This record gives sequence, structure tokens and C-alpha cells, in this order.
Amino acid sequence: MAARIDPIVGRYVHASLGGRPHRIYFEEAGQGIPLVCLHTAGADGRQFRHLMTDPAVTDHFRVLTFDMPWHGKSTPPDGWEREEYRLTTQSYTEAIRTFCAALELEKPVVLGCSIGGRIVLNLAIAHAAEFRALIGLESAEFQESWYDTEWLHRPDVHGSEVCAGLVSGLMAPQSPAVPRWETLWMYMQGGPGVFKGDLYFYRVDGDLRGRVGRIDTRVCPLYLLTGEYDYSCTPEDTERTAAQIPGAEVVVMKEVGHFPMSENPAQFRRYIIPVLERIRGPKERP
Amino acid sequence: MAEILASLLERFEAVPALANSDAWLQRRGRFLSTVCLVGIGTVPFRLSIEHGRIARCERGPFVMPSWAFAIRGEAEAWQGHWEPMPAPHYHDIFALSKRGLLRIEGDLHPLMANVFYFKTLLALPRPPVGRA
Repeated sequence: MAARIDPIVGRYVHASLGGRPHRIYFEEAGQGIPLVCLHTAGADGRQFRHLMTDPAVTDHFRVLTFDMPWHGKSTPPDGWEREEYRLTTQSYTEAIRTFCAALELEKPVVLGCSIGGRIVLNLAIAHAAEFRALIGLESAEFQESWYDTEWLHRPDVHGSEVCAGLVSGLMAPQSPAVPRWETLWMYMQGGPGVFKGDLYFYRVDGDLRGRVGRIDTRVCPLYLLTGEYDYSCTPEDTERTAAQIPGAEVVVMKEVGHFPMSENPAQFRRYIIPVLERIRGPKERP
Repeated sequence: MAEILASLLERFEAVPALANSDAWLQRRGRFLSTVCLVGIGTVPFRLSIEHGRIARCERGPFVMPSWAFAIRGEAEAWQGHWEPMPAPHYHDIFALSKRGLLRIEGDLHPLMANVFYFKTLLALPRPPVGRA
């Protein structure tokens, strides 16, 4: 019997970020319009494995996901042991644009979740013409905090346990146990302080209040999809953000939370496939 | 309202037996020994936990109780949290906290070092279909 092998290929690309060499792990599957997927804080690109094995997506899109520096199989920069990792709007934006340029992606679609959902708003503000469309999952220009991030990285609390334990409640109770626990496993595998460092962007540096009104969706369409069980970025947060952006489209997803693509892939595809079909446009539909 | 509270108290009083017979929870809590207060509406319970086992569950009111941390929720919070399939914002203790329906106070170290334990413990009155 032939082995069952996922049609996902993983490789490493070398690129300079912040003036320092980086070795970035990325995976891809499918062919067609480039679709770059951005994982959540403290996680990695495995969150998109279901999207990358869905022929309804990969028949039309070249789906790519890269592990942010310090995450997954991407190597932290030399000397990492002497510094505190902190993601910023500038460093995150640079990583995405550098990755797209290094792989010579022509007007990719970018889909990001959580911190990825926040940064697509900045891409829409500052670099809209470079993208065919932008999709923010669990995306808002700002949201209220619900715990103290100091708990995430200290020697007397197990980082894997507390990171996964905290985000566990961001998923919907309807999401099946297997993908829910797989999502948590990825959180348990994050490096020490990395989730906390990502949240520096989410809570401090990446506050986009007062800036999203500049987004011109005629240059680049913007779709915002948020799960009804997400209490970190609530549907109200997304709707408030979209109300400031003429042309932005909002979808509230039933029975999912903060990790739609990994906590309940079957439910998520009901919402994302129609969005991707619209991005493809009538010419490319069969 | 009094009937709802009485029902919630009855359900919470079943927690020690459920917890102590839950092998997964006992393994999760094997390094956990603490005293915490859980408020169900107007009624406080003091749980003494020894190596993950609920050694004592005392029902208040108390005079000068000692505890490491307290989780106090409105009756509405626990009622929603213990639904078979809780609605958004009722499905997680931190969601309830963010909504202002539940307060988490005190020395939070035992809670944060054992988040899965306490989330599971406090969801035990929920019928199994939607348990965290």
C-alpha cells in the first residue's frame, strides 16, 4: 500500500532581517495565486496544515506559510541567548515583505491570524499596492488585555503549560478535541519568552488605533473574519475596526474561537473558501 | 434567584468527589498544594488541595479565612459556565473575568502554574459534552 504523504513541502530560505542573517523555515503546497499565511503569537506554520491539504484551496492557490524568526523551525538570530525577543510592527512587517520578496511572490494574498490579523491591517495601511488581497482572522486595530504577560516567562511557572493553558479557553467548546489539543501542543512547543515577545507587538507596539481609517480597500480588498468564541479579539472588536474602513468586509464565524484554521478546520473552510473564491475572481473560476 | 443559587451550590458541592476520582486531574495536580476560595454567587467555598486532591471543601460564611487566591463569580457566571455548551464569554474563566462576571485575586502563582488543573476543576459541574 502506498504511503499517505501530505502534499506539503518544507524548505529554508536565508534572508537578512533587521540587518542580521536569518534562516527561515517555510512550507508550501498547491499552485496558482500566492497565498501567504501568518501564524498566531507563540505558534508556527503548522496551524495551516489543513488549509494546505485542501484541494479546494491548493488547486487555485500556492499556499505558503513561514515560521517567524524564533518560532517553529526557524532559527533565532545569532546571539539570541543574550537578548529579550520582542516583536514590533516594523520587524513583523519587514519579515513578511522580505519573505515575499525573497520568494519573488507576485502580488500575494496575505492571510494572518491574531497577531497576523493585526499586521495585515498595517500592510493595508502602508503597503496595500503590494498585495492582491488581505485577510485578517481574529483581527482588530486594538483589543483589551485579559491577563498579565509576565506569567508567560518566569522560572517558577512552566512556560509550555501556562501558554497553552491560557489560550485553551480561546477556542470554542464545539471544536473537536483532537484539533483543539493539537493546537495547544504547538503552544506547548514554543521557545521560552517567544509568546510573550509576540504579545509586545500585540499589546504595546502594534496599537493601530487612529490609523486604520487610512486603509483604501479599492487598492487592496480587506476581509476580516472573527470567531464568535474569541474573547481576546471579539467580533465587536473586529466590527469596530471595520466600521472605520470603507469597503472592509466582516464575517463572524459561528462555533469557532481564536484559532479557526487549526481548532476546527471543517468549520473554518465553510467561511474561508467563499472568500478565496471571491479573491480569485470570476475569470479564474471553472 | 434563590432556587438558582441553591442549585449551583449543590452542583459545586459535588466537585471534590468528581475531582478526586478524575485520574487525569489528579496527575495534572500532583505537585499542587494550596488553599483557594471559590465564590459561587454570595456563598464562598474554601478548598484545601493537597497534591492535587481536594482534602477539604468548607462552605462559608467564614470569619477571617486564609487563602492564596480567590475566584469569585456571579451566579450568572457559573450558571453559564456550567451549561452543556456554554455561550461565548461564558465558556472560560478568563473570558468571564474579562467580562467582569468573575474576579480573580490574591497570590495567583498556584493558579497560573496549574492553569489546566483549575480550568478543569471549575468546569467539573458541566455535563461532559462541553467540558474544557
